[in-house]
Amino acid sequence: MRYLPKSPTDRIEMLEAIGVPSIDSLFESVPAEFRLTRDLNIPRQHSESEVLDRFKAFAANVASGELAEAQTATQYASFLGAGAYRHYRPVVIDSLVQRGEFLTSYTPYQPEIAQGTLQATFEFQTMICELTGMEIANASMYDGSTGCAEAVMMAVRVTGRSGAVVARSVHPEYREVLHTTVQHQGIPVTEVAFDTTTGRVDLNALEATITEDTACVLIQSPNFFGTIEDVAALAEIAHKKGALLIVSIAEALSLGIVKPPVEADIVSLEAQSFGVAVGFGGPYCGVLACKEKFLRQMPGRLCGETKDSNGKRGFVLTLSTREQHIRREKATSNICTNQALVSLMVTIYLTVYGKQGLKELAEQNLAKAEYLRSSLERSGAKKLFSGPSFNEFAVVLPATAEATNAKLLEKQIIGGLSLAKWYPELGEGASLWCATELTTKAQIDAAAEGVR
Amino acid sequence: MSEKFVGTPRKVSTHVNQNEDLIFEKSSPGKKGYRLAELDVPAVDAASLLGEQTRQDLGVMPELSEIEIVRHFTRLSTWNYAIDLGMYPLGSCTMKYNGRINELVARLEGLAEAHPYQPEELSQGALGIMKLLSDCLIEITGMDAITLQPAAGAHGEFTGILLAKAYHTANGNPRKKILIPDSAHGTNPATAAVCGYDIANLKSNARGMVDLEALAKAVDEDVAALMLTNPSTIGVFEEDIHKIADILHAKGALLYMDGANMNALCGKTRPGDFGADVMHLNLHKTFSTPHGGGGPGSGPVACKKILEPFLPTPVVVERENGLLGLEYNRPQTVGRVRAWYGNFGMFIRALAYILANGPDGLRQTTEDAVLNANYLRAKLKHLFDLPFDAPSMHEVVFSDKRQTKNGVKTGDMGKRLIDYGFHAYTVSFPLVVPGAMMIEPTESESKEELDLLVDALEQIAKEADENPELVKTAPHTTRLQRLDETTAARKPVLRWKAPAAATPLTPESAAKEW
Repeated sequence: MRYLPKSPTDRIEMLEAIGVPSIDSLFESVPAEFRLTRDLNIPRQHSESEVLDRFKAFAANVASGELAEAQTATQYASFLGAGAYRHYRPVVIDSLVQRGEFLTSYTPYQPEIAQGTLQATFEFQTMICELTGMEIANASMYDGSTGCAEAVMMAVRVTGRSGAVVARSVHPEYREVLHTTVQHQGIPVTEVAFDTTTGRVDLNALEATITEDTACVLIQSPNFFGTIEDVAALAEIAHKKGALLIVSIAEALSLGIVKPPVEADIVSLEAQSFGVAVGFGGPYCGVLACKEKFLRQMPGRLCGETKDSNGKRGFVLTLSTREQHIRREKATSNICTNQALVSLMVTIYLTVYGKQGLKELAEQNLAKAEYLRSSLERSGAKKLFSGPSFNEFAVVLPATAEATNAKLLEKQIIGGLSLAKWYPELGEGASLWCATELTTKAQIDAAAEGVR
Repeated sequence: MSEKFVGTPRKVSTHVNQNEDLIFEKSSPGKKGYRLAELDVPAVDAASLLGEQTRQDLGVMPELSEIEIVRHFTRLSTWNYAIDLGMYPLGSCTMKYNGRINELVARLEGLAEAHPYQPEELSQGALGIMKLLSDCLIEITGMDAITLQPAAGAHGEFTGILLAKAYHTANGNPRKKILIPDSAHGTNPATAAVCGYDIANLKSNARGMVDLEALAKAVDEDVAALMLTNPSTIGVFEEDIHKIADILHAKGALLYMDGANMNALCGKTRPGDFGADVMHLNLHKTFSTPHGGGGPGSGPVACKKILEPFLPTPVVVERENGLLGLEYNRPQTVGRVRAWYGNFGMFIRALAYILANGPDGLRQTTEDAVLNANYLRAKLKHLFDLPFDAPSMHEVVFSDKRQTKNGVKTGDMGKRLIDYGFHAYTVSFPLVVPGAMMIEPTESESKEELDLLVDALEQIAKEADENPELVKTAPHTTRLQRLDETTAARKPVLRWKAPAAATPLTPESAAKEW
């Protein structure tokens, strides 16, 4: 086996040093009846080239959504977003995160030999604060969906109240994860409707739903329909009744051009758009940011600045008395492993585009989406909601979403996401379309033609 | 360097590394590390589309050229220790080699660019990877069914305990308690609490194992499950594992196995065969997906048939037309634990590792991991106290008992190992061993590297006798010396701020400064 650095002689010498006759002597504590005396029934040992061939075959059997001049059988134009966004990923990201010192290092519990990971994490936390308008950010959560559940549990701890109000315009899968998670904490979740004209949270309904037991209101902006919420108005309603406002952001690039949710108390960001491959849904990079006064209730790792014994600046994981390895069942969360390497990808991405690039890139997304909207509308589709949107929006198609998508697939186009599964009241024609800087005019024209 | 050592480190010599400020301190207005593609549609005026929702400024986000960015992160990387540089004797963490083919195949276009909502018929390769990995893990664990959705080990624990809870609830009573041995990892009690269970601690016996009598007393109709790490955190296989399972099953309770140490069992014995009902696997431990400085992980949960109806949605199924699909209609499911299907990129890497090994490779891997740990035990037992003499599997736990007479503690010797070119072993865990020194070499270490570690620890033990101060103030050769963690926690500074924007500190604000 090519990963194992032992010669047969090494093994014999080591057994002699231990003082046992054979390797099986070291497994005698496993009761004989449970020792596996056959080979595992899994594929045989592969050479490196065979592993590569096998995965190339898998990859060839997936539509990639990648753009090419001459499209091959697996290359499709894709208009899917809905929480997983295809953006260009600068080459330096992969070349830097594949450095073994980042890729193969452990959680930085020994700060003297982990300053690289720690400083990058400190930079990540700073950038997330800056982008979201929050005062502190953690070192990452698993993803945007689990981040929302953690944020709600955090709000319950902060407020001492028990319930959560969640907008129906939050990503349906995020809401599912929330339900799965918080029910075991005895946190009742009430959903609140969206305004069918604007696509934004129905403010009157929200006001009526919040009670004295409501710990928090969870909304998403841009929401699942791509509509940008009026965060200030939502915060006012929540705060008036003593509840916290949690803002979930699934399309992080929107922060390049959309006002940050500074009125929120907690922001749960999915940072996948910042340099992380769509990758069939993961790994992504969740992160929680919040007001400083909630620091002690923040789940997950935090990196802080300090000095070494010679007075030099350095960084450490800090405030670990919140965490499971110290506090055990009284911890703020059971999270241990997070998404460190993915947060590094995000940090590099944000550094490459920086202050100017993020804005310009976001403007390009806005332009592409606007062109997509006008093109689809010329083909008889109608934008569902009047609220402002970033790079994604819901439409009603002239035919059912299913029929339209089937027609588009013949032209190697993956159309918008049918909304009927989660929002039957919007009808069979309701569909969610996304265009990023990678979507070309030619693809949009072809899709609009196919929708007609 | 020589005055810093009593002996001579064989693995390291001093090396220049570059200073590097924070990225924000290196930034200058107007520098760019990007150029956008030509816009092929009409430009738009953001303010007219977004109105008052338009963002005005991005604050202190950096502005640098590409070469500066590459140097910045490359310089940072050189301040990290890593498996690619040498051994991590970190017990319970399983820092093994991460095959590079795994990184290559995870980046193949069809896999890296696949959208989770694209039609099933266009996702057959991705689903095929999930199916084959599932089949392999089911065979390796001896279980009947699996979910790949949990994003890490602790998330897997959460999912596994929810399965147990759903099972008991379906039988009329969710029960109240989870039993957890005192040697358990902190995620176990934290998980049980998140799942809404009370925790009942189970004291280990004198050999560091589950005390069968204490267990029998503790198990009643209120116990939902025992969360057991096997081999335990002291690296010992629970010899009475089947009796443990029998005691639980007799009262209708389940055996949850924390699979953090599955690398000691893979190909040699199967939890499903010895009585575990549900377990999680850490793909970033046993199956070699890279730790990446703390994640991403992946924590699939395998279970017996009785728990299958409760698995999170969706599950991968074979349709009648021979295609693979995702089944969402599962009335008894515990619900979804993460958006989409889990950390798919980690599935690719883990499967590539399994294929590179095959059945013979996985077995040899486990044997070498156990061989390495026992070799270190044999070579080090004359130097350090061995609190439990039960046979070791993949890791060995010593204690600092013999060194504390001079005030040298496990943490000091761990820090001192850094000066000798190694990462520290796991310090002060498990909690059942005061002053624990937990060493797990994994199969990835050659005899030469193991001998270097033995040599380093011999010298450190000698230093602890002859020059304890040297050890107590280690490390001496790193970029930074010991860091002030107390102040970091007392006055947390969790983000950078531009100096001009900083407000003068008053005694009051200094206490709250961050």
